[in-house]
Amino acid sequence: MLGLALDLLIAALVIGVALWTVRTRDDFAAIVGFVAYGLLLTLAWARLAAYDVALTEAAIGGGVTGVILLRASIRLKPVATARKPIGARILVGLLCAAISAALAAVVLLPMTPAPSLAIEVRTHLASTGLGNPIAGVLMAYRALDTFLETVVVLLALFGVWSLTPDAAWGGRPAMAVPAAAFGPLPLFGRLLIPVGIVIGVYIVWVGADAPGGKFQGATILAAMWILAMMAGLTQAPSIGRWRLRLLLAAGPIVFLAIGLAGIPLAGAFLAYPEALAKPLILLIEVALTLSIAATLGLLVAGPPDVTPGVEP
Amino acid sequence: MSLATLDAATLYGLMGAVLVGIGLYGIVLHDVFIRRLLAFNLLGGGVFILFGVIARRGAGAGFPGDPVPQALVITGVVVAFCATALAITLIERLAAKDEASDGDDHS
Amino acid sequence: MTALVALFSTAAIGAGIIFFLAGTVGLIRFPDGLTRLHALTKADNLGLGLIVIGLLPLSSSVGMALKLVVIWALVQFAGATVAQLIARVARSTERGE
Repeated sequence: MLGLALDLLIAALVIGVALWTVRTRDDFAAIVGFVAYGLLLTLAWARLAAYDVALTEAAIGGGVTGVILLRASIRLKPVATARKPIGARILVGLLCAAISAALAAVVLLPMTPAPSLAIEVRTHLASTGLGNPIAGVLMAYRALDTFLETVVVLLALFGVWSLTPDAAWGGRPAMAVPAAAFGPLPLFGRLLIPVGIVIGVYIVWVGADAPGGKFQGATILAAMWILAMMAGLTQAPSIGRWRLRLLLAAGPIVFLAIGLAGIPLAGAFLAYPEALAKPLILLIEVALTLSIAATLGLLVAGPPDVTPGVEP
Repeated sequence: MSLATLDAATLYGLMGAVLVGIGLYGIVLHDVFIRRLLAFNLLGGGVFILFGVIARRGAGAGFPGDPVPQALVITGVVVAFCATALAITLIERLAAKDEASDGDDHS
Repeated sequence: MTALVALFSTAAIGAGIIFFLAGTVGLIRFPDGLTRLHALTKADNLGLGLIVIGLLPLSSSVGMALKLVVIWALVQFAGATVAQLIARVARSTERGE
């Protein structure tokens, strides 16, 4: 009963923050509201016993998305807009409420028995050598999804880079907070980054058997890199560098190579030979972690805006 | 089919349904791109939660939830972030272009 | 013994919640940025510290307890840094006005 009261409170908070994010007139307030929404959703995921998703939501939905939204709030000027006429608001509100009601009906009248692949996952999990069922699904049964996902991450970065102004092509993104040269941020960076790297690697490693994994760990590693760039401890790399591009592509390349090797060795694309499943998955996870961390960091840094050869 | 018992999964399912409605309302009614993007992400959060509810109801074989939808949501969250990052860069670039052309008009 | 531990945990966590409540009230009610920040950091430091102290005897292993302490230390550290940064911005905008 107490648990249900807590769930009711969390749900009410999430809906309240979502409403506020949509209704507020101040764009910056809406961004703050959205970050709070991401963190509250994390609680909802934890209450749904989906701890892997909760970690992902906290790291990506609340964390990195928040940083990139703040970047936008600095670069975008507020635009004054009039509210829509009351008639339009009521009509749209009613139609949206109808969609919510239809979804609510689906929730309230569930299929019995509930569809589930949990038993199949349990049956085959041992063959992957992993203890965390979600890692098993991501790396074995739905490996094609995961592979395409890593390609999508890379494609998004290509898209961001393609928006570079002509003059800055081949340059580096400017990330340092102007006032950061003195004061607490560089100290914070120097002390936190080593700890953060250990935590990120730990989350990746423990992901084989417990909640965690490469996306969550890579996000923490990316956050440490972003912190170093914002505090002025390091500069964002020039996007034309070969070593950087190799690092970005290493994950998908290793994944693809092992996947292709699976055709002669295990009989299918992205299939692992039984005896080697665990070490191969580990190899892919390490390569993917590095690539995803680098890609996420550069996505947050945005397109280059410093002309090559010209130092700010 | 019978009415679902009022447990945590049902409660969060209803929350997800409401979030989809709120997000859709924001997407339709906002003129400012960044606000539309935020509303789109609110909607996405609601859809993901509905997946989470399906996963929770599919608990079995010693797992607290069906791992397949959970893994799909993890993929979804990462892809949603990538799309958001790309959209934000597009919006920033559009704003910079507008600013530059405004400057030309005045000079 | 278990009753004593439960009592201790409940008392510590309850006290932590009171600090969080006071910090939240301060955040909403205080007049300007710097005093709000003051209220917020009190909630972070003492509130979270007391909750972690309350959770320590309930943790299943030494490793788990250590993780709780690390979480508290990291939040302290991040909170102090962010408070500094916000305070600087608040002061510079005050001077600008």
